Amino acid sequence: MSASEMPSAPSSQDAAPPRPTWQVVLVRPETMTFLLLIAGVFAGSQLSPFFLDVAYILRSFTLYSEFAIVALVLTMVIIAGEIDLSPAANMALSACIFAWMQQAGVPIPLAIGIGLLSGLAMGALNAIFVIGLQLPSIIVTIGTLTLYRGLAQVIAGDKSIRVPEWFIGIDKVMIGGIPLPVVAFILLAIVLGFVLSGTIFGRQIYQIGTNEVAARHAGIRTARIKTGLFLGIGLVAAIAGIVTASRLGSVRYDLGLGGELQMVLMAMLGGTYIFGGRGTILGTFLAAWLLVIVSTGMIVANVLPAVQLVVLGVLLIVSIVATNFIYSRTQR
Amino acid sequence: MNFLRTLLVRREAGIAVMIVLFCLAVGAVKPQFLSLDQLRIILLLTPLIMIAAMGQMMVIVARHVDLSIGSTLGFSAMVSGMLYRFDVDWFGFDVPWWTGIPVSVVVGALLGFGNGVLIQLFRLPAIIVTLGTLSLYRGLTFIISNAKQIDRQWIPSEIKGLSQTSPFTFPEFLPIVGKFNIPWIVILAFGIAILAYLFLMHTRMGRQIYAIGSNPVAAPLRGINVTQVNLAVFTISGALAGLAGIMYASRWGFVNPSNTGNGFEFQVIAAVVIGGVSINGGVGTVLGTVLGVLLLGCVAAALPLLGIPGTSQAAIYGAVILLALLIDRTVRRQGIVSLKRVRP
Repeated sequence: MSASEMPSAPSSQDAAPPRPTWQVVLVRPETMTFLLLIAGVFAGSQLSPFFLDVAYILRSFTLYSEFAIVALVLTMVIIAGEIDLSPAANMALSACIFAWMQQAGVPIPLAIGIGLLSGLAMGALNAIFVIGLQLPSIIVTIGTLTLYRGLAQVIAGDKSIRVPEWFIGIDKVMIGGIPLPVVAFILLAIVLGFVLSGTIFGRQIYQIGTNEVAARHAGIRTARIKTGLFLGIGLVAAIAGIVTASRLGSVRYDLGLGGELQMVLMAMLGGTYIFGGRGTILGTFLAAWLLVIVSTGMIVANVLPAVQLVVLGVLLIVSIVATNFIYSRTQR
Repeated sequence: MNFLRTLLVRREAGIAVMIVLFCLAVGAVKPQFLSLDQLRIILLLTPLIMIAAMGQMMVIVARHVDLSIGSTLGFSAMVSGMLYRFDVDWFGFDVPWWTGIPVSVVVGALLGFGNGVLIQLFRLPAIIVTLGTLSLYRGLTFIISNAKQIDRQWIPSEIKGLSQTSPFTFPEFLPIVGKFNIPWIVILAFGIAILAYLFLMHTRMGRQIYAIGSNPVAAPLRGINVTQVNLAVFTISGALAGLAGIMYASRWGFVNPSNTGNGFEFQVIAAVVIGGVSINGGVGTVLGTVLGVLLLGCVAAALPLLGIPGTSQAAIYGAVILLALLIDRTVRRQGIVSLKRVRP
């Protein structure tokens, strides 16, 4: 017996009838991102005949893949109701520690390990302040952002540290015609997408973001999960930092400078709700491609880098206005 | 006795003690730190931060944060710099030297107002909006300037003089303070601080800022026009960042599209939070903020004397922010405990 055959008189107690599927899909922010992505590809192909070269787009994606990888984890952090502005600085410090170690003669695998551990430690410091000491993550991560970037400057000074020749060029390694960092991004998106939507742990992240007090009363280990998320983003940022070191061939303290904007932008463009509890990995995944298409399109169209800064800023504001609007129109 | 206890409990006293201890500690290692020359260096390091910190403090008291002030500073300074550079091309005459000051303030106020409109109209978190406008305003600075620096010869000497000359000097025959002078921009910064104090403590809107920060839900119920106050707060923050912009041109004698004001917001936030302004809103005083700025100035002045390279400055600012957060939390906890004790 289906619900429509239930012989009950409608009353105010009844739940509202479910929306038709097409409506539910259409008002999702991810749909907006997807439509923008298609529009971006179309506009780009009008601007330049070379734009629709898939290999070129994939090559361009390697420039953003490190930020995109971190943005996936950042999405989970934002869904849990927190924010982390420090991963770009974390990337710089991890990469500097790694480069400095290997220059001092430490074998590369060990140096990578130390770099990753330091990234984990940076995530742990954020977690101590945010979860242990109950301080707002916004201001804590502004502080750690300054601290990590500053420590990177202490280690590297104003010089750049070179990495060995064979270590350079992870973005040139192809797996089935796709650069390795892009493959890593796609794989991580699939894994995290599954974790977030298909596991108890993932659903608990949404619950924490929707109402942390209620989540705690429902027996969810909120502190443990949020600590895990901060440790995770610290580790992933360190990986991204070392990948960037391999792509650039040298490390400076200003590696990934301003990356926090692009990471937050990817999450926001993908429809992650800034106040927590809503958002998907799919959205961030699409938004990362959208950002690459927009940036590459601007490069192809010979737009000044300064104008690109303006476009990024406007995009961030527009995306957050649109997402808020969509969520305010659909029932919570 | 009661008075003494109040004094000890107040945050400002704690910061003042920290400043004294820090200066004595540095002075013990490097005696030349405790000299009038050094005081002048410290005072010259602080005005830009102090002016912008007054605005940032109001924003944080109202439970927001403004990350865009560094770019606002850069943009306003660039507009004034271009006015000096191209005035003959545009208007056919040389603009008077002081035009940059009102122009910078108005431009900054407009940018701040833009932040306020976005935040208030769409109910968006200030941190994300100002992260966006940080990038937006910086990009606009590049666009209007065509990515070219305004060089030293274009800044009027009167503007540059503001950070070198002084309205008064102590007579030379005085033993210690002879030849010591306080440049105009330092006086201006303290003047702004006094105005901020009067505004926050003695006007209706000033008190309303604290009310909003203490309880954003209750404030509108008590008849406070939250939209108006928040718009005012962001406009003031932008205007003061604009004033800091023309002071940058005065202090350094150039305006660069990428360097001017870059990372400035973190110094200002560091100064404000170490000055005892609570990031949970509703708590903070002008005196505390001024002391926070001076403490940062002392640290910045001590680094080169102690042989610590300038590259470590950013790390120290970051550590200072985290330390201030820890102190803030401890103080707040004790406040709650003492409140509980008072209750029967």
